Amino acid sequence: MVKRQVMFTFPEKLIKEPIIYNLGRQFSIVTNIRRADVSEDKGWVVLELEGAEADIERGIAWVTSRGVRVDPIIGDIVEG
Amino acid sequence: MSYARALHCRKCGREYPVEARSLCESCLSPLDVSYDYQAMAKVVSRRKLAKQPLGMWRYKDLLPVSGAVVDIGTGSTPLVRADRLGGELGLDELYIKNDCLNPTYSFKDRPVSVAVTKAREFGFDTLACASTGNLAASVAAHAAKAKMKAYVFVPADVEPGKLVGAAIYNPVLVTVNGNYDDVNRLCARLVERYNWGFININLRPYYAEGSKTLSYEVVEQLGWRAPDCVVYPAASGLSFTRIWKGLEELAMLGLIEQPVNTHMYLTQAAGSSPIVNAFHSGSLHVNPVKPDTIAKSLAIGNPANGNYALMVVSQSGGGACAVTDEEILDGVKLLAQTEGIFAEPAGGVVIASLKKLAASGVIKKNELTVAFITGAGPRTQEIVSDIVHPFIVEPNLESFEKVVGVRV
Repeated sequence: MVKRQVMFTFPEKLIKEPIIYNLGRQFSIVTNIRRADVSEDKGWVVLELEGAEADIERGIAWVTSRGVRVDPIIGDIVEG
Repeated sequence: MSYARALHCRKCGREYPVEARSLCESCLSPLDVSYDYQAMAKVVSRRKLAKQPLGMWRYKDLLPVSGAVVDIGTGSTPLVRADRLGGELGLDELYIKNDCLNPTYSFKDRPVSVAVTKAREFGFDTLACASTGNLAASVAAHAAKAKMKAYVFVPADVEPGKLVGAAIYNPVLVTVNGNYDDVNRLCARLVERYNWGFININLRPYYAEGSKTLSYEVVEQLGWRAPDCVVYPAASGLSFTRIWKGLEELAMLGLIEQPVNTHMYLTQAAGSSPIVNAFHSGSLHVNPVKPDTIAKSLAIGNPANGNYALMVVSQSGGGACAVTDEEILDGVKLLAQTEGIFAEPAGGVVIASLKKLAASGVIKKNELTVAFITGAGPRTQEIVSDIVHPFIVEPNLESFEKVVGVRV
């Protein structure tokens, strides 16, 4: 089991979809939300994912394919 | 002796020991170094600082390190009075902080020097970072000086000149088949697996602190006064927040007047301006963008410190400004052709934004303004190669006078 900290940024069209719920169910991932800000037209969620490494990889690929931007929570390390 | 007291979460206030850690376990927010300022104030004074040798480490008492430092000769870069540029822009009190003149040609030597010193204190023998150029070169150079191993990760399509700029210091140079986001994601995985000092992941709180020396220097060079206005480029927004933190610390220590009356102006390229966008929409939340600009060193679509940078803008009564690639190139040329300073595109962002801020009256004629030039131009000189239009002559007087003479 591994843990991964990520930030999901949702476009307006996905705000009403239960993406995080489906991520947990479909890929056997425990999702633990730490910070979030969601409004009618946009939203972001900082969360920790816990599960088998392969499941987390597949889960993140699925979330990305749905149109959610996924960034690692380590700060941006590409600068300058 | 270090006056660093703890790592402090800006969001939830939780504290951690001074160790290799960058995120709050609870809310996953970035951590800052906090200090015992009362103890620091007893040893820091203008007179004592004036006796220290030149370089960024003259401010060691204000930095979170205790032992021998890893220094390649960084800091004490020129603060130039820019009368010619000021004349062009209608500003009477304009200064340029020329931080191109650090050992690896960018301000990155300041934060990296602190991070590498701290990495050695923590017992790391290997450093790592991902970068598009400036950071990679600085990390590799400091690793060489500290006799440490360095892994440097860059996107495969990075400019060849930047690869040479890092490779010369003999790091393990890794090009990653993918874009910047992909490099970012790979490094997030590597930090879980390897016990390396990642300069801006697990060493990030210490790395950040090095940028404060830019404001210490400017204040000392101005005769212990803070500027009225600061114009500074932002990628992640991290160093912008540290310029402000540096000023606030000097005020807290009684070295300059309190409160700090400096207006902080944040600048970005229009092709990668998530922080400026948030400023204009009146929001403190930064929505990620996909960067598309010639100012590669500022091309971060999801700035980790955007929120805090916006708070600094707001707290200081400053502003934010974005400029197009065309304006950036004009800015690079204007700085070179008025002050003799060849900056990288990030410098063009600063100068072009300064021009807009002055023209619109946001920055006023008599305000003491410091524009920060954070990286040198020669590494990215291909972006202004259209400027080369030589006269071609034969090696004799007749040819010279025929081709050029009319212009003499």
